[in-house]
Amino acid sequence: MRIHFKTTYEQDIRLFPDLWTACVYGALILLAFALPYLINEFYIGEVTNVLIWAIAGLGLMLLTGQTGQASLGHAAFLAIGCYTNTILIEQGLPFIVAFPLAGIITGVVGAIIAIPALRLHGIYLAIATIALSILADDIIVLLEPWTGGVSGKFPEMITVFGLEIERWTMPTRFYYLVLVVTIICTLFYRNLLRSPLGRAFAAVRDSEVSATAMGVHIARTKATAFGLSCMITGWAGALMGYYAGTFNNETFSIVISITLLMMIVIGGLGSIHGAFFGAVVVAFLPQGLSILKDGLIGGGVAIPGLETGVFGMILILFILFEPMGIYGRWLKIRIWFELFPFARKDMFRRQKSYLKTERLR
Amino acid sequence: MFGSETVHSGRGEEILEVLQLLVSGLANGCVYGLIALGFVLIYKATEAVNFAQGDFMMLGAFVTLGLTNAEYLDLPFWIAAPLAITIMAVLGYLLDFFILRHLFGQSQTAVVILTIALGFVLRFVAGLIWGHEPQTLESPLALGDVQLGGVVLGMADVAVIVVTFLLTWSLYQFFQRTKLGLAMQAASQNQMAAYFMGIPVRWVQGLIWGLAGATAAVAGILFASKGAIDPNAGLLGIKAFAAAVIGGFGSLPGALAGGLIVGVIEPFAARYLAAGYSQIAPYALLLAVLVFRPHGLFSQVRVKKV
Repeated sequence: MRIHFKTTYEQDIRLFPDLWTACVYGALILLAFALPYLINEFYIGEVTNVLIWAIAGLGLMLLTGQTGQASLGHAAFLAIGCYTNTILIEQGLPFIVAFPLAGIITGVVGAIIAIPALRLHGIYLAIATIALSILADDIIVLLEPWTGGVSGKFPEMITVFGLEIERWTMPTRFYYLVLVVTIICTLFYRNLLRSPLGRAFAAVRDSEVSATAMGVHIARTKATAFGLSCMITGWAGALMGYYAGTFNNETFSIVISITLLMMIVIGGLGSIHGAFFGAVVVAFLPQGLSILKDGLIGGGVAIPGLETGVFGMILILFILFEPMGIYGRWLKIRIWFELFPFARKDMFRRQKSYLKTERLR
Repeated sequence: MFGSETVHSGRGEEILEVLQLLVSGLANGCVYGLIALGFVLIYKATEAVNFAQGDFMMLGAFVTLGLTNAEYLDLPFWIAAPLAITIMAVLGYLLDFFILRHLFGQSQTAVVILTIALGFVLRFVAGLIWGHEPQTLESPLALGDVQLGGVVLGMADVAVIVVTFLLTWSLYQFFQRTKLGLAMQAASQNQMAAYFMGIPVRWVQGLIWGLAGATAAVAGILFASKGAIDPNAGLLGIKAFAAAVIGGFGSLPGALAGGLIVGVIEPFAARYLAAGYSQIAPYALLLAVLVFRPHGLFSQVRVKKV
């Protein structure tokens, strides 16, 4: 087992705790860049899908896992990112400007929406964001001159410094684009956690009263979290638009919002790894199920709602037996091996809390 | 539309139309109110929100349909309905016993996500058993119309309104008057203190889930009497959320009032607003209430003084 003996604060907030970890992640990035030479184009497309979901997951993770605010409306922000990006490019902006701008605009919109929503917490916030997700669908239809309404839009081909990128004809180039965005978002997220703002997020999540006592401005911190979360989600939305090739008012439905939230819970709330693990589950579940179904009852039989049903069951099992998600399970297994004879059963036991009402009479 | 009656002035016709919209709105609103009652019951006693309540309602409707309709079990409606309510109550209790009880002590968000997942699973199971085609319940309530001075009321609408008011009133009395009802409120207001007072908190919570299941079954039967149902009918639950929030999530009469408000707004918005804006109305109202009166119109929240 590696023991980190920390003597300074700089050591505590280092990007990688030791050389070994840095090497592991370096190797992972190398592998990711070498991937197109290792697997064929179909699987590159699937991996791209995983990465896009992971970016969206990182966005929601920042809000739900880090700041503790559950949002069931993030599909609306995916939609804002996607439409803003496409509209900006149609207005003649180059991709390299339009894409970051789309995320920033989504973030600003998110922060503005968050201001009234911040007075709500817990279930009220969840319900307000559900309403938002439903309204997004109708508003896209109402804004038809800009959004194309029900008939939808097609994103134009991406051009970065004269290099053309398209999802269907050049999946490898598109994969590299998504990979670069993923790495940037992950680094941004990781660095945010090392900054005072990231610590303020965690403080708000763990106890609003204690956070106030420590001098954290609750409303401002939550609005910032909402804005940053929406920014990352907006980028994911723009990439999702390119990946899908066409989108309309129904592409970013409330089901996407819910899937996103379920994804980060399955992956493991509050960890970067969780967003990626969850994305793998979400992206590969439909394929895995259809292979399984063909094996069991033969192909060609359609069972509507099978994916969401199975996804729901997996989620229920996770919440019951592994509330810390896939990443939590991985952590437990790793620590068991690291400590080998000394691991105890209760090491990850959480303190139980008793509920009290918010309604006083 | 109004039979052979001739309405002389345009103004009289307008009033009749408004009345007609109002009544159909009230009947729809009662269904929303009934689902919202389920939310509020569970929220009042366990401080959690059951996002699957709409799917409970759908399941209740399908269970009744499976018992009553000729192509399934073909039982008489008046035997099938109480049986369905009992089945749903038992199902609610078992769900609590096998799943939700194990979440005891976890955060509210975990419960929210769990119940959403539960809704997906229920929709999937109902689709497997009863198929995805819309079906109608062979309900004695669905027959005939009543004419009251030019306003046409479906029997189903009248039944919905009467049953909803009776149910809300009796649940309200139950929470205010009986020992068990008070124990349920105590269990939510402070779980630990309720334990110390000797209230079997887990058992009480199981009962409340059973009660919510029964309420959902009633809502389902009434909803299915008004029209066809399919496994996605549970999505109606989202409108019931609006109802519960407007009513203040914790007040039974509030839930009913919220349901009625949402129900009445819908037909009027559809009649007087441009297409595209009308379906936004309930959600816009929901957001407005959340922004300006975050704890609903019938708020029970007092600011905690330290």
